[in-house]
Amino acid sequence: MTRSRIYGLAGFVWFLLTIAAIVRATRLGLLVAPTEATMGNVQRIFYYHVPTSMLSLLFPYVNFGASLCYLYWRSRDPLKALTADAVAIASAEVTVVYASICLLTGMLWGRAAWGIWWTWDARLTSMLLLWLLYVSYLMLRKLSATGQAHTLAAVLSVFAAIDVPIVYMSIQWWRTQHPAPVFFGGPDSGIDPSMMPAFKWNVIGWAMWGIFLLTFRYALERRRQQIEQDNALQAIEASLEIAQ
Amino acid sequence: MTYAGHVLNHLRKDIQIEWRSRDSINGMLFFALLVVVVFAFAFDPTAAMSRQIAGGILWVALLFASVTALNQSWTREQRNRVLEAQRMSPSPPSALFLGKALANFLFVTVVEAVLAPLFIVFYNLHALGQGWMLAVVMPLGTWALVCNGTFFAALGLRTRNRELLLPLILFPISIPALLGMMQATTGILSGEFEPGPWIRLLIAYNIAFTTVCLLLFETALSAE
Repeated sequence: MTRSRIYGLAGFVWFLLTIAAIVRATRLGLLVAPTEATMGNVQRIFYYHVPTSMLSLLFPYVNFGASLCYLYWRSRDPLKALTADAVAIASAEVTVVYASICLLTGMLWGRAAWGIWWTWDARLTSMLLLWLLYVSYLMLRKLSATGQAHTLAAVLSVFAAIDVPIVYMSIQWWRTQHPAPVFFGGPDSGIDPSMMPAFKWNVIGWAMWGIFLLTFRYALERRRQQIEQDNALQAIEASLEIAQ
Repeated sequence: MTYAGHVLNHLRKDIQIEWRSRDSINGMLFFALLVVVVFAFAFDPTAAMSRQIAGGILWVALLFASVTALNQSWTREQRNRVLEAQRMSPSPPSALFLGKALANFLFVTVVEAVLAPLFIVFYNLHALGQGWMLAVVMPLGTWALVCNGTFFAALGLRTRNRELLLPLILFPISIPALLGMMQATTGILSGEFEPGPWIRLLIAYNIAFTTVCLLLFETALSAE
């Protein structure tokens, strides 16, 4: 079996496992977990909202790390740099997807629990800004010429990474309405042990789904790069033939 | 030649070009004035109301105005392939950036100096807090906008739709700085809260991003 076949098979197995995990997580979250005492069934969106928001804070680190690797390898090892760039774009896109899901589920919950779709509270605003930063990152990639998109995007990713802690701090000073952190938020925080399996499985399922998306997008980007390189090589060969 | 010498040379060149044409200062000034007038129609500027909204309006006007000029400032270097020559020259690329950013800072400061009296007249302003602190907030806020703005204008120099791209990447990154300058200005004008923490935020933002801009400018300039 060739190497790409093995990768393809491994990806397919991972995909099946992910689907299984998500099915189990959905069953636990929607059917098995007990109904929350004060909020009722509305609370069940928590099983989607919290895992996706946790993951949408995790993928930007992947993007930042890959961008740093890209900048380091750019002139030293261009082929490795392209790999890092493919990871960077894949993680940026997954970040935008997860942050969007987090914002949308949060709005649905907010409408039911607070009676409003949106409020300019610290956590909501920080998440919105994170989303804006990564959308602008994708816009830059889309609008810049093929040769420089990698470098410009990597530079912007460094800016975004420095911006995130400043955004977080400044918004904290600005205002606060979001419920206090459910986990690690003080002595009264935490959820009932009976809700824990549903939450854990949702974290696992959606993390696996995120990794699947990231890898899939990475493979796609690698193929696009491969085609681009092949075309460039053909163009060079053709120009050499004309010269003779 | 020392690093400071290179920076001063770039600065002098930019000031000279601007002095001859006065394109960007005039453009910015008129644009900012228009924004101020348009906002006066949107909100009824009574004295109490204007103290609440003036900080925001002033910075939005300056932000929009400086974006129009920042795009121009690098286009000048592209004529006759001057930028390529500068990339090949032995002077450090960050000196080019610093000179350009300082020049833009001066231009926006001139615009502020002309705009501020008009603004006070149009919006019946009278600071209830410590008015002298505006002399600290204005340069800090201007540098926060101009430093990143100059960098991103260079970043988008060879992209498609660069006029569109600059605000798209500058605004999200600048939001903490915008929040800081607007809150500090409103705090000073209304006297309702201390501008101190917001000024510290601006200082931290400026130090962090000026450093990154200087370090990464060479990478951004020779991106292909």
